[in-house]
Amino acid sequence: MARVVVDVMLKPEILDPQGQAVVAALARLGFDSITAVRQGKRFEVEVDGELTDARLDEVRQAAGTLLANPVIEDFDVRVESAV
Amino acid sequence: MSTRIGVVTFPGSLDDRDAARAVKLAGGEPVSLWHGDSGLKDVDAVVLPGGFSYGGYYLRAGAIARFAPIMESIIAGARAGMPVLGICNGFQVLCESHLLPGALTRNAHLHFRNRAQSMIVESTETAWTSDFAAGQKIVIPIKNIDGRFVADDRTLDDIESHGQVVFRYTNGNPNGSMRDIAGVSNAAGNVVGMMPHPEHAVEELTGASVDGLGLFTSVLRKLVAA
Repeated sequence: MARVVVDVMLKPEILDPQGQAVVAALARLGFDSITAVRQGKRFEVEVDGELTDARLDEVRQAAGTLLANPVIEDFDVRVESAV
Repeated sequence: MSTRIGVVTFPGSLDDRDAARAVKLAGGEPVSLWHGDSGLKDVDAVVLPGGFSYGGYYLRAGAIARFAPIMESIIAGARAGMPVLGICNGFQVLCESHLLPGALTRNAHLHFRNRAQSMIVESTETAWTSDFAAGQKIVIPIKNIDGRFVADDRTLDDIESHGQVVFRYTNGNPNGSMRDIAGVSNAAGNVVGMMPHPEHAVEELTGASVDGLGLFTSVLRKLVAA
């Protein structure tokens, strides 16, 4: 069973009020060195059998179709374990 | 023969009954459509109602509903010119379907916001707004947390210059929507999405106004004339 991780982040130009709320809470807790937080999503995708190029492409396609909305989000696909 | 307007029910839809009632009050025949079916039952137009389809916040608002079987037929119909109105969650579904530009994201202040909201009708050239006057100020309730319309600057400039901004908030932007945008249309004007709820503003007894009726009478007039 191969595992692929898909990270989805709002594009840099899109306001992230959730990240802003988190950084404001961190400042209240005294984490003074943290100046900015942007919040994203991590998907751990399990793929049946060996991770061929075709299967990895399928994950990329799934990421661009459903996991991320390319209008407002960027995504990154990386292999965590190939077998 | 009366004009048939379909109202889709997704799992988690809340306002499908109000939308059907608004269609009826405007003089049309509401037809219930089920998310898991693919047939459109010979409707002349479709309303995607508000609510929290498929859990609402799961993944992104509207992201899973967009792939419901009924949506394949609606997307094909919309591309062929069928009038489609997306209200609140329905607007999110239409953006996720890429039938409308931009996307709806978490309100800038992170709060659920419900109130009677003033807005300006910017375009009367769509299938759903011809009964209004350009520049008319109307009041329609809003109730959302993922209502902040966003798009990149190029897209915003593009829709502004093509008259695709249909409604704009006035007397205060309730959620941080870019350029105060409350509703947009596709280039052809048959598909409209809006965060405010016109189906809740159709009767003096319960609504903040009856301004919402104009959406439904507009499309009925257009369909009868067609």
